[in-house]
Amino acid sequence: MGQDHGAFLWTKLSSLSHEEDDVKLTREEVQHVAELAKLQLSDAELDEFAGQLGQILTYAQQVQSVDTSAVPPTPRVLPLTNVLADDESHECLSNSQAVNNAPDADDGYFRVIAVFDDPGA
Amino acid sequence: MMGGQNSKKPLTSVGVAEAHAGLAAGQFTSVDLTRACLDQIERVDGALHAFLRTSPTDALEAAAMADRARADGDARPLLGIPLAIKDVLMTNGIETTAGSRILEGFVPPYSATAVQKLKAAGAIILGKTNTDEFAMGSSTENSGYGPTRNPWDLERVPGGSSGGSAAAVAADEAPAALGTDTGGSVRQPAAFCGIVGLKPSYGRVSRYGLIAYGSSLDQIGPITKTVADAALLLEIIAGVDPQDSTTMPVDVPDLSAALTGEITGMRIGIPKEYFVEGIQPEVEAAVRTAIEQIASLGAEIVPINLPNTELALPVYYLVVTAEASANLARFDGIRYGLSIDGDTIFDHFRQTRGAGFGPEVKRRIMLGTYALSAGYYDAYYLKAQQVRTLIKQDFDRAFADVDVVLSPTSPTTAFRIGEKVDDPLAMILTDIFTTSANLAGLCGISIPCGFDSDGLPIGLQLLGPSLGEEKILRTAYAYEQSTNWRLRRPEL
Repeated sequence: MGQDHGAFLWTKLSSLSHEEDDVKLTREEVQHVAELAKLQLSDAELDEFAGQLGQILTYAQQVQSVDTSAVPPTPRVLPLTNVLADDESHECLSNSQAVNNAPDADDGYFRVIAVFDDPGA
Repeated sequence: MMGGQNSKKPLTSVGVAEAHAGLAAGQFTSVDLTRACLDQIERVDGALHAFLRTSPTDALEAAAMADRARADGDARPLLGIPLAIKDVLMTNGIETTAGSRILEGFVPPYSATAVQKLKAAGAIILGKTNTDEFAMGSSTENSGYGPTRNPWDLERVPGGSSGGSAAAVAADEAPAALGTDTGGSVRQPAAFCGIVGLKPSYGRVSRYGLIAYGSSLDQIGPITKTVADAALLLEIIAGVDPQDSTTMPVDVPDLSAALTGEITGMRIGIPKEYFVEGIQPEVEAAVRTAIEQIASLGAEIVPINLPNTELALPVYYLVVTAEASANLARFDGIRYGLSIDGDTIFDHFRQTRGAGFGPEVKRRIMLGTYALSAGYYDAYYLKAQQVRTLIKQDFDRAFADVDVVLSPTSPTTAFRIGEKVDDPLAMILTDIFTTSANLAGLCGISIPCGFDSDGLPIGLQLLGPSLGEEKILRTAYAYEQSTNWRLRRPEL
């Protein structure tokens, strides 16, 4: 019974997917996305993600077959807009609590490497 | 001890309401109960790994205080009742890692509102439960600290991402627990572990202090042994919170009052799209038997259509990964957590995040970043939000006609550890029946409705409209009381 788990939709999926529509990502594209996300990936991870992301995006492509020309997007489901708070002070974390978990705190501040010397910044 | 023959039930078998009654009647003390839970954890958690850490000293101290308070007339609803908390929820002074190595050693300076409300009602925190890293997963195998095992079969997953909480409750390590549900992460592990999991409507429970995954989808919910306990805990954690502008400004209803056992005339919708080829036959059979049972209790069974069902998973994965890629940008090695030195500030970020995040988290950040990136935003992210509207409209139409929508919680019972680890797409397909509720902001509950031939629990899902918790709880309670599934316990 266990070997059937999850297999059922694969059959359906493969009938949906035509090879020419498959999303394929190059290693360079994956590297570009990793840079946007500030993730250091190994060569093995770049190769693995190229395959897996292509596979998942091919599956996700189904949404593109739907006519949504007259459909507004739903970024959130709540019927609330402009939730405002009164402009008054509240109790908050102390300075020492705020920096207590920092790997490199100094005199109540977070210490970072200088940003403006960074050619990648 | 835990077998059915013993007429005297072990203390750890109690749920929340039963614990409250026993404490109030003086049958046992909070110290008795808390020590029994800690002993049970000591006895079985080596095999299960439901907990990432426990706080035995603090818990027993709090229990002793609760017993003294009760002697002085304190009668708060959760006074002296020990609970387990999923590790994505911040607990003041107790290490909180979200199951990730990137947060190893992080000790929050405040508690999540939901946790704070439990404590204000008198509850005791036993410990923090295992989860897929940042709640990203359906099996708890993606934890940075090793998987949790299913109490019904140690070779199988407990479901996820709240697998630690579900396993802890099913194994009588805690009377109840909190989990979180972004695409099914309370309901599916409850189904896999044979207990009750309630996902409240979006906006019902404050997300303040919940380490964010998909902010438009995340909700905190109770994982319990009974429907009545789920109602009781939701009443306590629900409500508007000035710290979370996405909480609904509505009063919390008297949910326990909905538990009448009476469902005559309620209209229960059965979506034909949820009974597709490929559901494990024993799951389908158990759910169909449950439908007959609910009909025999006087409810009306109504066939309905949710035509956009097939699109829910692709929409979910585009929306949730996009939101996750933004939410997880905060883990930079500067303010908390792991920090790996680099030559420049950006190298510092890259190195820290590359070393601290596990494979599934990286995969989801990458997918979300791709879907939000220039050139792909309209085709993937915006398109997904438009199709999300269609999914929501399916349910709006359905709930104009029926009170509750009924389906299996998951297409299968618990799968084997390792079975889907190398196949991310097969893993996400286990969420097929649960993600729609998050996309549409609905409430949902999973309750036990049988066992397969391997003795693994099967879950029944009841979905209700936004803020319709009374309807699903009423139906769930009536069904639960007319069956005996909840009485069967795993042997450990």
